Amino acid sequence: MARSMEKYLRPEVKTTPFCPGCGHGVLMGALLRAMDQLQLDMEKTVFVSGIGCAAWIPSPNFAADTLHTLHGRAVAFASGVKAANPDLKVIVISGDGDLTSIGGNHLIHAARRNQELTVICANNMIYGMTGGQMAPTTPQGHLTATSVQGNPYRAFDLVKLVKGAGAPYVARGSVVRPYDLIGYLKKAIASPDFAFVEVLSPCPTQYGRRNKLDSPGAMYDRLGQLCRTEAGNDPACFPPEDALLLGEFND
Amino acid sequence: MPLTTVTNPVKAGSRYLSGNDAAAEGAIAAGCRFYGGYPITPSSEIMEYMSREMVPRGGAFLQMEDEIASISSVVGASWSGAKAMTATSGPGLSLMQECLGYAAFTETPVVVVDVQRAGPCTGQATKVGAGDIMAVKWGSHGDYQVVALSPWSVQEMFSLTVEAFNLSERLRVPAFLLAEEATGHLRERVDLPETIEIYNRDYTPGQPVFGCAEADGIPSMPCFGAGEKLMVTGSTHDQWGFRKTEGPEFHDRLVRRLSRKVLDRKAEICRHEGYYLDDAEVVVVAYGFTARSALRAVRQARQDGMAVGLLRLITIWPFDGELISRVAQGARGFLVPEMNLGQVDGLVRSAAGDTPVKSLTQVNGSTISPASILAALGEMR
Repeated sequence: MARSMEKYLRPEVKTTPFCPGCGHGVLMGALLRAMDQLQLDMEKTVFVSGIGCAAWIPSPNFAADTLHTLHGRAVAFASGVKAANPDLKVIVISGDGDLTSIGGNHLIHAARRNQELTVICANNMIYGMTGGQMAPTTPQGHLTATSVQGNPYRAFDLVKLVKGAGAPYVARGSVVRPYDLIGYLKKAIASPDFAFVEVLSPCPTQYGRRNKLDSPGAMYDRLGQLCRTEAGNDPACFPPEDALLLGEFND
Repeated sequence: MPLTTVTNPVKAGSRYLSGNDAAAEGAIAAGCRFYGGYPITPSSEIMEYMSREMVPRGGAFLQMEDEIASISSVVGASWSGAKAMTATSGPGLSLMQECLGYAAFTETPVVVVDVQRAGPCTGQATKVGAGDIMAVKWGSHGDYQVVALSPWSVQEMFSLTVEAFNLSERLRVPAFLLAEEATGHLRERVDLPETIEIYNRDYTPGQPVFGCAEADGIPSMPCFGAGEKLMVTGSTHDQWGFRKTEGPEFHDRLVRRLSRKVLDRKAEICRHEGYYLDDAEVVVVAYGFTARSALRAVRQARQDGMAVGLLRLITIWPFDGELISRVAQGARGFLVPEMNLGQVDGLVRSAAGDTPVKSLTQVNGSTISPASILAALGEMR
């Protein structure tokens, strides 16, 4: 982490817990820069996370109030934190399995209620911490520990899901385009509404090695090739290009 | 001092209230400023009351998408500094269990009013039961302690809700009001006091939040936004909240303290009432609505010349086994009438020594009548 960001980290924390090549460290850096550029008051900010690799981005690393909750329930905890003290800025950071599978109902209802919350979903398309099982975001056909012949199901398009539930600000970024990502995060955090940012973040350890992307470099290259900022029309794109379309998706 | 006397914020004096409304007023009197809930019979009147009253009283109300979201929002609100509660019944209690363990493990004060109905499962949603005695204590995985109080009147729906808040805030544990449908929907006269004693949580800046030197200590509790850089986690943690997912000593010390901080204070927490116990040969041990029928039956049996008394348990958890053992020394038998298949009966047996214990169970969705208890006493002559 850059020296200028150290003030946002707990001095007791010397390393991140992430595997080599994990995208979550890049997301962590992007988030800190977004907060720095916004001059966010860390004493009045609460970071809420669930269970999984991404839940460890804020907890215990960030030098602020952190609430490391149950699997799936981060958004529900965050709703109570914010309602009981509206002066606090409440930012949820968790993974795709946590926020959209076990926690999917909390996510869409929080979006519907449009309470002022920032929800950042680190999407690595797999359950990393538990050993690489299929997630609701795993692309159809891809290999995981519980879909060794290929995932038979379609993946959630998280942007469409949360937008459909009524979230006023929805964006999709990727750790391979960190400057765009910082912009989305800044807008989401500054928003007075429910704001959702999906962040595509590679998992070389669990995802890459099962899907012929056996080095972190290969995963980043592949993600960089697939991510696009304008809707294309490439039927050969796999996974479907919609799910890799970056940008802000607001009316 | 954390314990302070305040003017009762709800209308004092003689009132005619339902049990559920009295519990809601008790919560407001105790200083509750957040309610997160999900509708469920027979507890919904509490939620409806709080939806009207929280915002005008400077608090917040959220109708959540399910019960585990409700209790999660309550835990979050509690860390934001609000006294916080929810109310539910059997199925909702089951869905909350994972987060009740979280509240116990993170030492978060939360109050849950469980208006018990006839379970298991959906059961008979509008009928009475008392089958959640074990569920509130053992429903979440692992070892932990809670406080559970059992009201027998609308008056106690008010006063024990206040006490549940006070104990929860003082001990930093989940506290339950183990109400029953019959008491929740009962309407009777209450006398609400002009002033009320409430406990506001202890906070000393800069102190450890999740541990202390004493093996049964209760740490200081700050809230979010106080500049403490809190680390609240449901993983095993040290006294500052750093995750300690390995290291046997961290887990052992934490789990033992969480139990001891409650069990070592039994003498301060546990309350009961005795009726005609001085010369009682047979003692009815009852709680909640059933204790009303039991008192009537005991009085009738006394008129019939039987030396019988009533031990009414107000505190169910922590269970006061020492009390049962003391009473057992002068008794030749216990009778335990319950609207379940013998949940407190087992606890009484474990403490009764050689004194025989008779169980009277009823799970037909109705309250136990005085006549049933009297008949059971007749068999113990």
